[in-house]
Amino acid sequence: MSQTKSKRLINEEGLRIDGRKFDELRPIKIEVGTLEKADGSAYIEWGKNKILAAVYGPREVHPRHLALPDRTLFRCRYHMAPFSTEERKSPAPSRREIELSKVIREAVEPAIFTELFPRTAIDVFIEVLQSDGGTRCAGITATSLALADAGIPLRDLIVACAAGKIDGQIVLDLDNIEDQKGEADLPVAISPRTGEITLLQMDGIMSREEYEKALNLAIEGCRQVYAMQQEALKRKYASEEVGAKGDDEGEGLS
Amino acid sequence: MTESYGVPISIKMKHIGELIVQDKRLDGRALLDYRDIKTEVGVIENANGSALVFLGKTKVMAGVKIQTGAPFPDTPEEGVLTVSAELVPLASPSFEPGPPNEESIELARVVDRGIRESRAIDSKKLCLVPGKLVFIVYVDIYVLDHDGNLFDASALASMLALTTAKMQDFELKDGEVIFKEGTISLPLQNHVFEVTMAKIGDKLVVDPSLEEESAVDTQITIAVDDRGNICATQKSKTGAFMPGEVLEAVEIAQTKARELREKILGGHLNES
Repeated sequence: MSQTKSKRLINEEGLRIDGRKFDELRPIKIEVGTLEKADGSAYIEWGKNKILAAVYGPREVHPRHLALPDRTLFRCRYHMAPFSTEERKSPAPSRREIELSKVIREAVEPAIFTELFPRTAIDVFIEVLQSDGGTRCAGITATSLALADAGIPLRDLIVACAAGKIDGQIVLDLDNIEDQKGEADLPVAISPRTGEITLLQMDGIMSREEYEKALNLAIEGCRQVYAMQQEALKRKYASEEVGAKGDDEGEGLS
Repeated sequence: MTESYGVPISIKMKHIGELIVQDKRLDGRALLDYRDIKTEVGVIENANGSALVFLGKTKVMAGVKIQTGAPFPDTPEEGVLTVSAELVPLASPSFEPGPPNEESIELARVVDRGIRESRAIDSKKLCLVPGKLVFIVYVDIYVLDHDGNLFDASALASMLALTTAKMQDFELKDGEVIFKEGTISLPLQNHVFEVTMAKIGDKLVVDPSLEEESAVDTQITIAVDDRGNICATQKSKTGAFMPGEVLEAVEIAQTKARELREKILGGHLNES
């Protein structure tokens, strides 16, 4: 995050660069079951973020020695397409992507009944096709839906959203510019039924009061996204019922 | 010793859980106590700065090397900070030789985040020729003995190595860098301490040992700077926190960071 404050992130009317209020999410579109071959999949557009998540499994574990005798091996790969960023990103996994893969796995795994599928693997692949800040949150939100779409029993739909601090104010759902130029970013994933936090990271500088405010705002954002998640899943099942798969979804990647 | 790493027998895990309910720990510590911390600085003469931290039986060394190089295009007038961590195989039967794995990458990135976001290093002062030449500060974390809580030990070793780091004196003349005799301290403007807390049952314990880590539901690392601001957070391991527990952890981290600053850093500031 750079210290330069050449451009203000919040104007006199209290609106952000893209016209949002402090507690407003970017527009979110979610589609479940967009991929043919995957056991489960979901596509999310969150602001300018465009992200696909696919689930394979429960399936045989390769390499086999990784298999766990008492539960499924849950694996997760978060990856960004080379064309997803302003500058081309090398397709080799960066340290950031490896860390995010780990924290996303740890955020989602608590929702899975891993003990139901011993000696198997469940693999999640998240591909960021376009990124604009907040990709881990969008990726987690899509991953939960892909798992549900794969028919894997879940305790809950894990959902994620970030809050942060820009121009000294606590705001919801930072985009890339706000993340780069702002003071802090705090991504949070929750299990909405229980209110438990399964992912929590922060970088930047905040006082304890600001931290508490941002945490509560992020949780509030999670709840809004959760409603959209549920809607998306219901749409999927409704379309299956009438046997007209994806008839009401004019866009996306299906 | 073999039972004290990796997956200890489930009886021990259960015992740890039962003790915690009574606010007790296997090694007799109170819930919010650190293990004994011993530190040495300047242990590697070939490094610009170095520190060795003993956190109980965990042993971590950090070395700082300062070299010149090109800045990042988006910060042409700032020096560069690079943090890496090696989990060398001599430190634990669970560490293997090879490229960095997700554990060491997470460790390095969480330590990096604390130092970077607290702006501990005055990176503007590390610019030599804008857009062309800056100082690059490499912090290399070397885990030598893994008995739990690598985050706090590594962050502390890194901070001490940076605090006591010396670099060659230099001056700028007409955009040219001239290195001079003698050394100066690395320009720092803040300090940061990371405090890790594990959740076992419904209690938070500070500085989990390796044995405790095996019984942990989840854990959180919080970086706090000189002013008591929070600079970084990382929840790691599966499992979950309630929002109230997170805020409690923030408060504990602020108290513990202040203690580390006074007890550990205080002594070394006088030395340097």
